[in-house]
Amino acid sequence: MIIISRGFSGRRTPTDVKLPPGQYLTTDFPVLSAGPTPNIPLDKWGFVIDDGRDILRRWDWKSFLNLPSENITADLHCVTRWSKLDTSWEGVSLDTLLADMKTEAAYALAISYGDYTTNLPLKDLLNKQAWIAFRFDGKDLEPEHGGPARLLVPHLYLWKSAKWVRGITLMHEDKPGFWEGLGYHNYGDPWREQRYSEDR
Amino acid sequence: MIWYVGTVVALHDETATARTIALQVPDWPGHVAGQHVDVRLTALDGYSAVRSYSIASAPNSEQGVEITVERVPNGEVSPYLTQEIAIGDRLELRGPIGGWFVWHSQQTEPVQLIAGGSGIVPLMATIRSRASAGSTVPFRLLYSVREPGAIFYRDELRTLSDRDRSVTVTYAFTRAAPKGWPRPPSRVDAALIAQATWPANLAPSCYVCGPAPFVETVATFLTTTDHDRDKIRTERFGPTGERK
Repeated sequence: MIIISRGFSGRRTPTDVKLPPGQYLTTDFPVLSAGPTPNIPLDKWGFVIDDGRDILRRWDWKSFLNLPSENITADLHCVTRWSKLDTSWEGVSLDTLLADMKTEAAYALAISYGDYTTNLPLKDLLNKQAWIAFRFDGKDLEPEHGGPARLLVPHLYLWKSAKWVRGITLMHEDKPGFWEGLGYHNYGDPWREQRYSEDR
Repeated sequence: MIWYVGTVVALHDETATARTIALQVPDWPGHVAGQHVDVRLTALDGYSAVRSYSIASAPNSEQGVEITVERVPNGEVSPYLTQEIAIGDRLELRGPIGGWFVWHSQQTEPVQLIAGGSGIVPLMATIRSRASAGSTVPFRLLYSVREPGAIFYRDELRTLSDRDRSVTVTYAFTRAAPKGWPRPPSRVDAALIAQATWPANLAPSCYVCGPAPFVETVATFLTTTDHDRDKIRTERFGPTGERK
């Protein structure tokens, strides 16, 4: 049974804009984080890919910036219901970072400074779907938005795009990250509205 | 997660722009202080809009859920909830949601609450939860508001802190202070935080909620005064939180 809200007409998104279900359009860039913003000096920054046992690849800030980067235009969808369209980023593709990696892992856990984690199927990091982004709108990425560098996986809800990312652990078995262990959906596809763990 | 239907049983204006809505929700599974709900409004033609609101009420066995909604200028949902809704109306909601920004009445460490504006709402749920559970854990609240008229739950906070010396409330006024107030109107700063909050060596759990820049400033102060990062929980909203 649907409950009609007496006298409510709503304000709709223009019909030429296609948004995932339950999202509304915003033009600013809200900040949501579970704890304090970490301060990460660039000379201390590092990014590591490991398999839970051994370090497989490692970059410091300088060697990371020497990797080929790409300009990315992406729509962002936050589980708190705002969507922001056509955002501009610069980052290094995970296809570059994981190139020629021989692994049988099927899952990945992104780990951040401040110990935030989020899990994804490894295939969602490949094929031009994910980047380590370090510039937003033509400027260095601000700390409150995840700088110096954050994961960017725009086809999933934004909590999967871990701010302040410092590494990725490749895993044979899936393991819930921070929000995934606190009632949010394990995969988080905005087009299927997978917000909470019980959503299908 | 299923949608529940709540009936509005009471309305109370906290300020000129904020209203508390008390709902009776049959089959409500219960909640923990700090959690939120999704509220769904549906128009006659089936169009619907959903927003999240923090729960203001303590866990209780009466299937009661209270939310306090601040009206966002030109918002889509909050003007309806603060101006149109009437007692007896039904609202759809689901939840409770969130397992991080929560306080359980079994916790024993001192608690530091820091609220900016309507960020008081989930923190009020923890204060009420403490009282209803009979917890004696020492609580401090630092509550930053624009002006005296913007304080939510003013009488209840006064009663609670008068009755129980282990609940201390400090107000910070940013635009206009009451006459004779010792601190001129200004933003929360390091000196006030040092004066009005638990020192880090007591290892308090800190809950900071408010607009994003406020939370950012406060959380940074706390980490630079040696509070354990893992004990600082934040909930940020805005800059919009609602469609503009």
